[in-house]
Amino acid sequence: MQFRVFRYDPDKDDKPYMKDYEVELEPTDQMLLDALVRIKEQDDSLSLRRSCREGVCGSDAMNINGKNGLACTTKLSELKQPVELKPLPGLPVIRDLIVDMTQFFKQYHSIKPYLVNNDPPPEKERLQSPEEREELNGLYECILCACCSTSCPSFWWNPDKFVGPAGLLHAYRFLADTRDQAAAERLDNLEDPYRLFRCHSIMNCVDVCPKGLNPTEAIGKIKTMMVKRAV
Amino acid sequence: MVNRTVVGAHYGLKDWLAQRVSAVVMAVYTIVFGVVWLSGGPFSYNSWKSLFSQGWMRFATLLFVLSMLYHAWVGVRDIWMDYVKNTGLRLLLEVVTVLWLVGCGGWAVQVLWRS
Repeated sequence: MQFRVFRYDPDKDDKPYMKDYEVELEPTDQMLLDALVRIKEQDDSLSLRRSCREGVCGSDAMNINGKNGLACTTKLSELKQPVELKPLPGLPVIRDLIVDMTQFFKQYHSIKPYLVNNDPPPEKERLQSPEEREELNGLYECILCACCSTSCPSFWWNPDKFVGPAGLLHAYRFLADTRDQAAAERLDNLEDPYRLFRCHSIMNCVDVCPKGLNPTEAIGKIKTMMVKRAV
Repeated sequence: MVNRTVVGAHYGLKDWLAQRVSAVVMAVYTIVFGVVWLSGGPFSYNSWKSLFSQGWMRFATLLFVLSMLYHAWVGVRDIWMDYVKNTGLRLLLEVVTVLWLVGCGGWAVQVLWRS
């Protein structure tokens, strides 16, 4: 199987280039990550992040034939050859397929991704009704792989100011949590032309999310909450 | 001045909402105008003029124009905010946009109420 892989080592290369690889696959090689491991056997100078190899850790997010996705959950049989692999767009490249996620996590931290509740902790746990818990489905599953944010043009143009789809999905995850007491502060923090309203609902995020989540819908719900408290 | 990234202007909801409302106004006007114009008979200067001499048509058209101007303001400002990094240049472009749109609004009023 044929691959074209983005290569860049800032210590050696003046500029990035695409390198071609021909890989003999074994019958057990089903996913793109399996092929990448074969490429690495051929050429151990190739750098990439990987860990759980089953779509849980979000380490091996990359641009696959022009679309962001996880190498470990992308089936080789569904890919057009030569398979073009590039690092996630919009973030600085550290080396080859590895990008610097600092900006992405800065935005994630800016929405205070933890439960704020000043009541003394109960003996056992803070309870929710099944309906209240239901609201968190489709939100808590995000693995922070950054496929969505790095496919979002608004995040490309303003990564320092726009929270991005992943951060905003998490913001709504805590806004939707009935155990959280900081909804007003959270909305104040997001009511900003850059932090929230750079989202123009083009839904690239929904298109690429490897977990099938819908950040655009979550962003819409944040806006609805703001309208609710304003009108 | 230190070059820090600052956010937290705390506006945007009103504009976002106004953009939606103005879109609905424009869509409804377009449908109503299309129906009235196409069912109105001979397409002549006189029928066009008599259509726009009616009070309700001027009222509706003014609402359409105002909606379009506000919609355009939010949309064009979004483009400047997305792509123009230099604050001074962005401010200049936003001011020019406002002045241009306000001028267009005045012109539209003059066209509508010219007997």
